[in-house]
Amino acid sequence: MTATSYLRPRDLTAALDALAGAPMTVLSGGTDHFPARVGPRPPEAVLDIGGIDALRGIEETVAGHRLGARTTWMDVIEADLPPHFDALKQAAREVGGMQIQNRGTLGGNLCNASPAADGTPCLLAADAMVVLASARGERRLPLADFQAGYRATARRPDELLTAIEVPKPAVGSARSCFLKLGARHYLVISIAMVAATLEVTPDGTVAAARIAVGACSATARRLPALEAALAGRPVAPGLGGVVVPDYLDDLSPIDDVRASADYRRHAAGVLIARALECLATAGKGA
Amino acid sequence: MAETLNGSPKDRRAEMETNGFLGLIVNGVAHRLDVPPGKRLTRVLREDLGLTGTKVGCDAGDCGACTVLLDDRQVCACLVPVGQAEGRSVRTVEGLADGARLNRLQEAFWKHGAAQCGICTPGMLMAGMELLERTARPTRDQAMDALGGVLCRCTGYQKIVEAMLDAAGNGPAPPVDTLPDGGMGARVARLDGRAKLDGTERYGADHWPADCLHLRVVRSPYAHATFEIGDLAPVHARFPGLHRILTAKDIPGVNGFGIYPDIKDQPVLAPGRVLYRGDAVLALLGDRETIDGLTDEDLPITWTEKPAVLDIDTALDPASPPLHDRLTEHNVLIRGRVRAGEAEEALGICAAAADTRFDTPFVEHGYIEPEAGYAVRVGDRVHVYACTQAPYMDLDEVANVLGFDKGRVRIVPTACGGGFGGKLDVSLQPILAVAAWLTDRPVRYVYDRPESMRASTKRHPARIDARLGADADGRLKALRLHADFDTGAYASWGPTVAGRVPVHATGPYRVENVLATSAAIHTNQCPSGAFRGFGVPQSALATEGLMDDLAARLGIDPLEFRLRNALRPGDRTATGQVLERSVGMAACLEAVAPRWKDWRADAQAANAAARVAGSPMRRGVGVGCMWYGCGNTSMSNPSHMRVTVDAAGRVTLYNGAVDIGQGTYTIMPQVCAETLGVPVSTLAQVTGDTDATLDAGKTSASRQTFVSGRAVKEASLALLAEIRRRANAGPAAVIRFEEGAILAVEDGVEKRIDLSGLPVGADGAVLEGIASFDPPTTPLDADGQGTPYATYGFAAQIAEVVVDIDLGTVKPLRILAAHDVGRAVNPTMVEGQIHGGVAQGLGLALMEEYLPGRTENLHDYLIPTFGDMPEIECLLIEDEEPEGPYGAKGIGEPALVPTAPAILGAIRHATGAVVRRVPALPHRVLTAIREADAEAASR
Repeated sequence: MTATSYLRPRDLTAALDALAGAPMTVLSGGTDHFPARVGPRPPEAVLDIGGIDALRGIEETVAGHRLGARTTWMDVIEADLPPHFDALKQAAREVGGMQIQNRGTLGGNLCNASPAADGTPCLLAADAMVVLASARGERRLPLADFQAGYRATARRPDELLTAIEVPKPAVGSARSCFLKLGARHYLVISIAMVAATLEVTPDGTVAAARIAVGACSATARRLPALEAALAGRPVAPGLGGVVVPDYLDDLSPIDDVRASADYRRHAAGVLIARALECLATAGKGA
Repeated sequence: MAETLNGSPKDRRAEMETNGFLGLIVNGVAHRLDVPPGKRLTRVLREDLGLTGTKVGCDAGDCGACTVLLDDRQVCACLVPVGQAEGRSVRTVEGLADGARLNRLQEAFWKHGAAQCGICTPGMLMAGMELLERTARPTRDQAMDALGGVLCRCTGYQKIVEAMLDAAGNGPAPPVDTLPDGGMGARVARLDGRAKLDGTERYGADHWPADCLHLRVVRSPYAHATFEIGDLAPVHARFPGLHRILTAKDIPGVNGFGIYPDIKDQPVLAPGRVLYRGDAVLALLGDRETIDGLTDEDLPITWTEKPAVLDIDTALDPASPPLHDRLTEHNVLIRGRVRAGEAEEALGICAAAADTRFDTPFVEHGYIEPEAGYAVRVGDRVHVYACTQAPYMDLDEVANVLGFDKGRVRIVPTACGGGFGGKLDVSLQPILAVAAWLTDRPVRYVYDRPESMRASTKRHPARIDARLGADADGRLKALRLHADFDTGAYASWGPTVAGRVPVHATGPYRVENVLATSAAIHTNQCPSGAFRGFGVPQSALATEGLMDDLAARLGIDPLEFRLRNALRPGDRTATGQVLERSVGMAACLEAVAPRWKDWRADAQAANAAARVAGSPMRRGVGVGCMWYGCGNTSMSNPSHMRVTVDAAGRVTLYNGAVDIGQGTYTIMPQVCAETLGVPVSTLAQVTGDTDATLDAGKTSASRQTFVSGRAVKEASLALLAEIRRRANAGPAAVIRFEEGAILAVEDGVEKRIDLSGLPVGADGAVLEGIASFDPPTTPLDADGQGTPYATYGFAAQIAEVVVDIDLGTVKPLRILAAHDVGRAVNPTMVEGQIHGGVAQGLGLALMEEYLPGRTENLHDYLIPTFGDMPEIECLLIEDEEPEGPYGAKGIGEPALVPTAPAILGAIRHATGAVVRRVPALPHRVLTAIREADAEAASR
C-alpha cells in the first residue's frame, strides 16, 4: 500500500482484506470526504467502497430492517417504510440539497460522526444497531456505543461499517418525527435537531419513548429521564407539556457561530415538545 | 486525454486498480480517460474533457454550481470521484441544447431573466432537468426542493422559479415585450444570454493556455506576525514540479496596491510582516499536481506572532500596535463629516428623540465564482485575463506593480460570475502579471473557496451611535450620528465608505440640523472594501430603526411618519444640495401605502387569532426607505464610449462598462439602439478589453446605467452628428442605416453616404462617435457641504415576516419594493436587480456574519437559499432624471439598502422586539423578544 493508493473493490471481502493490510481513508458517497479536502493536500491512501453494490439497499428482516451502509438519503426517501422511519425520511429530505441526498450515505453520515449529523438522532430514536465488519469477523454495537465522542467512533481502522439494523416496535405501532432548526431553509447545518419515536399500545398510551437530540452535545444523545417520564402516558394533545428543562440536563451545547449554548438548550426543549405534540395529534410525523 | 471507448465499460469496473484507463459516457459520448479514479468529476469534465460549462464554486457540495446528472439524478460533480462515474451516464449543461436550439428550460431561463451573472445557471439547469424529467407539472414547492441545492447570489431566485414553472407548463410566460426594437423600456432578453445558458460562457477559471504554470499564493495563518523565509533549495529538490517561488523581493515595480492613488498599502507579497489572516506571503509556481500537493507546512517559513488588533476599541487604544506608519491618527485611516445647522442645540429642544447603538458584522460578497484568471507575456507587454469589475483600475494597478507604462498592460475581463463590489479591488491580477513577466510562461491562478473568502474584502463592520429628534408634529429636526467602521488591515475602499455614510446619514428625509461623522479604523482583520452600498446599508439599519422608534413615541404610523419627512423636489440635503428633479421618495411611499395598510391589518388580525389558538407564530409588517447617490462621491468618474459604423453599415458599440451580471452588455446597446433608431438586434458589440474599448469606469456605485448609459447616448449622438455633417444634412434629418450605406432624410430629400467609399480605420470603422460623460458634482468642504452626487435613487420597501416567538426564527413572507429608477431601461433587468438586492438585504438582516478563521466556506457562512426568499413584487417609479440617459439612474445598490431595515421593522411589529445587531439570528431575536416582553410587563 502506498500513500497514493486508490482502491475500488467490487466486493466486501476485498475491501476488508485491503483494510487489514493498512489503514486507509474510506470513501463512500464522497459528500463529507471531498469537503474536508479543499485546498492543497498531500496524497493519501483511499478505499473507495462505492463499487460494493451489496452494501446498498434496505431489506426487511424478521427482527426489523437492515439498511446497507451505502444506502443513500434518496434511497430512504423513496423506500416504502413503516411509520417509525418517518423521522429518518424527514431528516433525509433536509440533508443538503438533492445533490447530497442522491449521493450521501447513511453509513458515511455515522462514520463522519459530526455532532450535527442529520441521521444520528433519528437512528438513535429508532434504537438502531450498527454492524461492523473486518477480516476478523463481524460485530454489532448499539449506535450510542458506536459514537465515541466528538467526531470519533468505535470503528477500528480495519473495520467497515456495513449496515444499520433497526428493530421492529416491541408492541403495537411506532410513530416518529424529526425537527431541525437552522438559520436558513435549505442546505443548513442544524442549530439543534430532535428525533422522537413513540411506541404506542393499542389502547393509545406510550409503551416506549425514545427522544434524541443532535447538535447540542459532542454527539447526538438520547434523554432517558424524559423517555421514562413519557412512558405510560396517553398519546394525546398536551403530551409535549411533559418536557421541562430538567430533562435537558444531559445536553452540553456549546456557543458557536450558529447559536448560543443557552439558546440551543431552550430550542431543543421547544422542538421536543413540538415533536411530541405532532406525534400525539397527527398520529404520525409532520 | 480523451479517447473513444472500446468495449463495455462494465469490464473495467470489476478491476481494483489504482490507475489506468477509465470509461465515461458524457452527454451520450463514450470516452476513455487516463485519469486517477479519485479525481473529482468536476476536474475531469473541465480539464480532461474541456467541458467547462460545469462550474466550481466551492468544491464542497455547498453551492451546487457543479450540478450534473449522474444516471439522470442530480449530483455535485465536485463530490464524485470519477471512478464512481465509470460506465455511467454523465450529463452536463453542454448536452442540453440541440445544436443551436436551446431546450425549453434554457429558453425559459433566458426569457424570464433567470440568469444574471450566469455562474450558477448550468447547475440550476441540470437540477431543473432532473425535476422536468421525473415530474409532470411540478408544483412550486417541488421546484424549490429540486433547485434548493444550488445557490444563486444575483437573482433572489424568483425569476428562476418562474422560469422553471413556465418550462414545466405550470406557470405563466414572462411579460410580453411590446417594444420589438429593443430600445428604452424594452424587456430585451440579455444579449449575452445564450452563452450563459449553453455552457459556453468563459469565466475566469474556464480558459487557460495549455502550457501554463499554476500559481498558488501562500497566505498568513496569523492576524499579525512577522516572518522569515528560509532556504528554499530543499523545497525545490523535494518537489521537482515546482518551477519557482516568488517573494516580495521579486516584485519589479511598487509592491503595493490599493484603490486610492496615494494609498498603495496592500503588498502583492508581504515584505516580512503580515497584517491579516490571509495576507499574501509568497507565490508557488509549478505544475498543477505539485502545486495542489504542496502544503504550507512544506515551506521553511518562520513565524513570529505579534499582538493582533481585532476590534475597533483595541485599535483606538493608543497602547495598541500601530498598523501603518503613515497615518496621522493612531490606526485611523480617515474620518468623514457632514455638518448642517446646530444638531446638539436642536436635539435639546425636540419634542421627541430616540437613541440607538447598532452593530453590524463583516459580510462576505459570496459571489459563486471564486477569483480566477491567467496572464501571458507578449513581447514587452503583459496581458491579464481575469474576472473583474474594473478593468482600467486593474490596468493601473498591474502597471504600477510591474513598473511599466500603462501601455504595456492589457486587461481582458472574462465573464464575471458575480462581484457585488468584491471584484473592484485587484486580487490575483498583480501576482499573475508579475509571474508571467518573470517566467515568460503563461500563468494561471484559481482561488479555492476558503482562499476567496479569507483573502478578499468584506462589507465593513459598523458600530453606529445616533440620536434623532422630531417636533411634536412629527417633523424631523435634528440628527447626530457617528459611525465607526472596521476597515481591516488595508485601506481598500475605506475612504469611500467613510465619505459616503455621513452624506447619506439622514436617510431620504429632510433634517435641518445634522452632525454626521464617521471613522474608518484599521484592525488586523480582513480588508473591508466595497460591498453593494458602501456603508449605507449599515447606517440605514440604525437610522430606519430610529424612525420606527420616533414614530412609536409620537404615535404616528411608521409609513406616514416617513412620508411626512420625505425629501421632495426643492428640498435641501444635509450637504446643502438642493434636489431639483427626480426625487421620487414620496412617490415610492405612496405606491406602497395601500398594501401597507392592508398587510398591517391582516397581520394584526392573524396575531389576535394566534393568541387565541395558542400558536407561537406572529406576523408583522415593516417599512424601510433609502436614498442613494449614483456615482463617485464628489469625485470625477467619467465614462467614455465609442460607437462605429463599418463599411457594410454595421453599427458596433465598443462597451467598456463591464457586465458582472447586472446587464450592461444589454442596457448599453438598448440606449445605443434608442438613440440611433435601430433595432437592438442589429448592433454588434465589443466589450471590456482595455485594448479595444475606452475606459467606462468601474462597475460600481450604481453608476453604469446612469453614467455610462449617458456616455453611450452622447457617443451615439456624436455618430449621428458626424453622419449628418458628412451628408450635409441638418439636425432634424432622420438617419437610416442600410447595407453599405447610410441615408439622411430631411424634408423629403434623401441624402446617401456610400460607406464603401470611406477610409477604413484599424478596427474596420468608417465612421465613429466618441463621447464622455462625467456626472456634475462639486467637492465637499470641511463641513461636508457641496454637491456630492448628480442624482439619487430612492426607494421604499415593505416586508411581512412571521416570527416564531418560542424559537426566535424569522421567515419573510412577502416584500413589496417601490424604486424610483428615473426610467427603467429594461424592466426585467431592473426587477432582477431588485430581487437580488432584496436577497442580499435579507441575508444581511437574518443570517450573514463573516468571522475570519471560522466561516470561510459556504456551509458555515450562510447566504439565502430558495427556501428563504419571500415573494417579491416590484413597483417601478419613473421620475426621470434629466442628466441620465432618457431619464434613467441607478438601481444596483438601492435595491439592497431598504430590505434589512424593513425586515427588522417587521420583527418589531410582530413581537415588539427591537433588534440592534444583525444578523438577527434566532437566539438574538429570542433574547430581544424576552427583553421586549419584560419591558412591557414592567410598564
